[in-house]
Amino acid sequence: MTGKKVRVLVAKPGLDGHDRGAKVVARGLRDAGFEVIYTGLHQTPEQVAEAALQEDVDVVGLSILSGAHMTLVPKIKELLKGNGMGDVLLVVGGIVPEDDAEELVKSGSADQVFNPGEPLDNITEYISSKF
Amino acid sequence: MDKDKLERISSQYEQWQEEAGEAKERSATFKTVSSRPIKALYTPLDTSELDYEEDLGFPGRYPYTRGVQTNMYRGRIWTMRQFSGFGDAFDSNRRYRYLLDQGQTGLSVAFDMPTIMGYDSDSERSLGEVGRCGVAIDSLEDMEILFDQIPVDQVTTSMTINGPASILWCMYLANAEKQGISLDKVGGTIQNDILKEYIAQKSWIFPPEPSMRLITDIFAFAADHVPRWNTISISGYHIREAGSTAAQELAFTLADGFAYVEAGINAGLDVDRFAPRLSFFFNAHMDFFEETCKYRAARRIWARRMKEKYRAKDERSLKLRFHTQTAGCSLTAQEPENNIVRTTIEALSAVLGGTQSLHTNSMDEVLALPTEKAVKIALRTQQVIAYESGAANTIDPLAGSYFIEQLTDQLEAEAEEYFRRIDDFGGVLKAIDQGFFQQEIADAAYEYQRSVDSGEQVVVGVNRYNTGEPVQIELLKIDPEVEEKQVRRLKQLRERRDNDAVNRSLEVLKDTAKGTDNLIPKILDAVKVYATEGEIVAALKEVFGEYKEKPLF
Repeated sequence: MTGKKVRVLVAKPGLDGHDRGAKVVARGLRDAGFEVIYTGLHQTPEQVAEAALQEDVDVVGLSILSGAHMTLVPKIKELLKGNGMGDVLLVVGGIVPEDDAEELVKSGSADQVFNPGEPLDNITEYISSKF
Repeated sequence: MDKDKLERISSQYEQWQEEAGEAKERSATFKTVSSRPIKALYTPLDTSELDYEEDLGFPGRYPYTRGVQTNMYRGRIWTMRQFSGFGDAFDSNRRYRYLLDQGQTGLSVAFDMPTIMGYDSDSERSLGEVGRCGVAIDSLEDMEILFDQIPVDQVTTSMTINGPASILWCMYLANAEKQGISLDKVGGTIQNDILKEYIAQKSWIFPPEPSMRLITDIFAFAADHVPRWNTISISGYHIREAGSTAAQELAFTLADGFAYVEAGINAGLDVDRFAPRLSFFFNAHMDFFEETCKYRAARRIWARRMKEKYRAKDERSLKLRFHTQTAGCSLTAQEPENNIVRTTIEALSAVLGGTQSLHTNSMDEVLALPTEKAVKIALRTQQVIAYESGAANTIDPLAGSYFIEQLTDQLEAEAEEYFRRIDDFGGVLKAIDQGFFQQEIADAAYEYQRSVDSGEQVVVGVNRYNTGEPVQIELLKIDPEVEEKQVRRLKQLRERRDNDAVNRSLEVLKDTAKGTDNLIPKILDAVKVYATEGEIVAALKEVFGEYKEKPLF
């Protein structure tokens, strides 16, 4: 990473309130030198895409633990594309079964899906490697 | 113990410490999972102030440190209550009847996120969420299906529902009446703990003030009509899952409990009229001894405050009864079979801590909702503890251990310190408003993650002995068809029911919400004419508004 700080939107789309992971990751990214914006809970896909646009972010990180990832992630990806942000790095964390994770990446909805137990450093290194 | 003897022990302890200090230890620090430093040895010096009669007493007697019942598990084993729900009411009804056939003794309903947040299945906000992490319930019709062929006067049911607890409870009661069972025969629990939603679980609907009113309305209605119902389950579980330490879980949960007591008293209720039906819900995390001490400390703190501060006279008001669930956040996605072992250790700590009911997590719950096989193993874990291990033969078997008693005292003292800090904010609601609990929990969660990442906190199969093998386990899949089916049935209900009666009931509800009368009879009227949960919540939101949190991390 050189020059301008990479801006990351950490977002909680959907209805579940499990924000432990999102907050730990947001803090880890901030400590690693990223500019982090956290949306707070219960965001609609439209609100997430709008926040990404307003904050002019380079990365969108979605945290979903309600099982709605196969609906929410593709929808957010489409809305980002509609805002001309199709090339923003989109990463997902939460409870996402292996098969679903593969499908999200293969279909181009997500760039990477992180599983429970992923060390913070792996996440920050992954994102850093893209810039 | 006399003074001379203690002095002798003290000098021997110092000698021993010198010798022990010369030997090399395998770690720089020995800590609990909550970062609490633990000494190498505990002796009578740690418990020299302990007064048996005052601090421990006898089971079923003040201050209830040793248990709330006189004979504990020698009378009756704890209730084995596996939390479950998925898909639609038909799917979950099948799972409940399976669990009852396997010897489970109580039911515990998990609702899906739209139900928890007060949206109907056909709301735009529900897209992709219906039936995913619990069962979808929109109306009384769904509740009737959910409890089809389950006699609700013989089986008690716990429902994990908070923001819209009053509505789901009314549906349960209306269904009981339709089964021909009078309300005084119906027993169970609604979680109904909105304070911990603001603090940790984050599934809120209304702002604090009307939320607290709904809760005290439930207290009053239950006292008059549903006396066997536990009107609230004051929950530390989610506080712990959100990342708190054991001491924070203990302190914040009890602080919430006292806030509800004060709300009831301020609503004009006599403390002994509602306090006997308050119940608690704690987490059982990995540090075996610290957890057992947490439950013992909780009982003692509750009894002392209820007696001394709130002047409760009914013994039942002083008894802290609780449900326990093993820690979901301790489970690992890697080598999920290891989770059976973790859950066993956690469950045993809850049993030795005197829990009234218990949920043991299934090994696959870190990956998805559990399969039938995984749930069966989890239930069998409890049955093995109950009937094979000998743990249920004698009451509070760890009592008298220097370590256990010292740690119980220490947890009590730390909780008292937190109560002082909360008082300084002006109470629980003010402290929530200032983000106090949220920040304390976020800090603890971050510290824990850092210690796992650094390897200081060992997680077997994750940061030590990790073979990197891919996870091979069968998972429960929710058919996307469930959502379409549920939405279709809801649409048919809206066409079939008496919509004039629904609209009238919602108007009456709004008028009552603007005043101060008890809301429960009006909600009951609305659910009986098949007003949906989403419609009732929307009507109440018009009057009460919605809660918004300032995000922090």
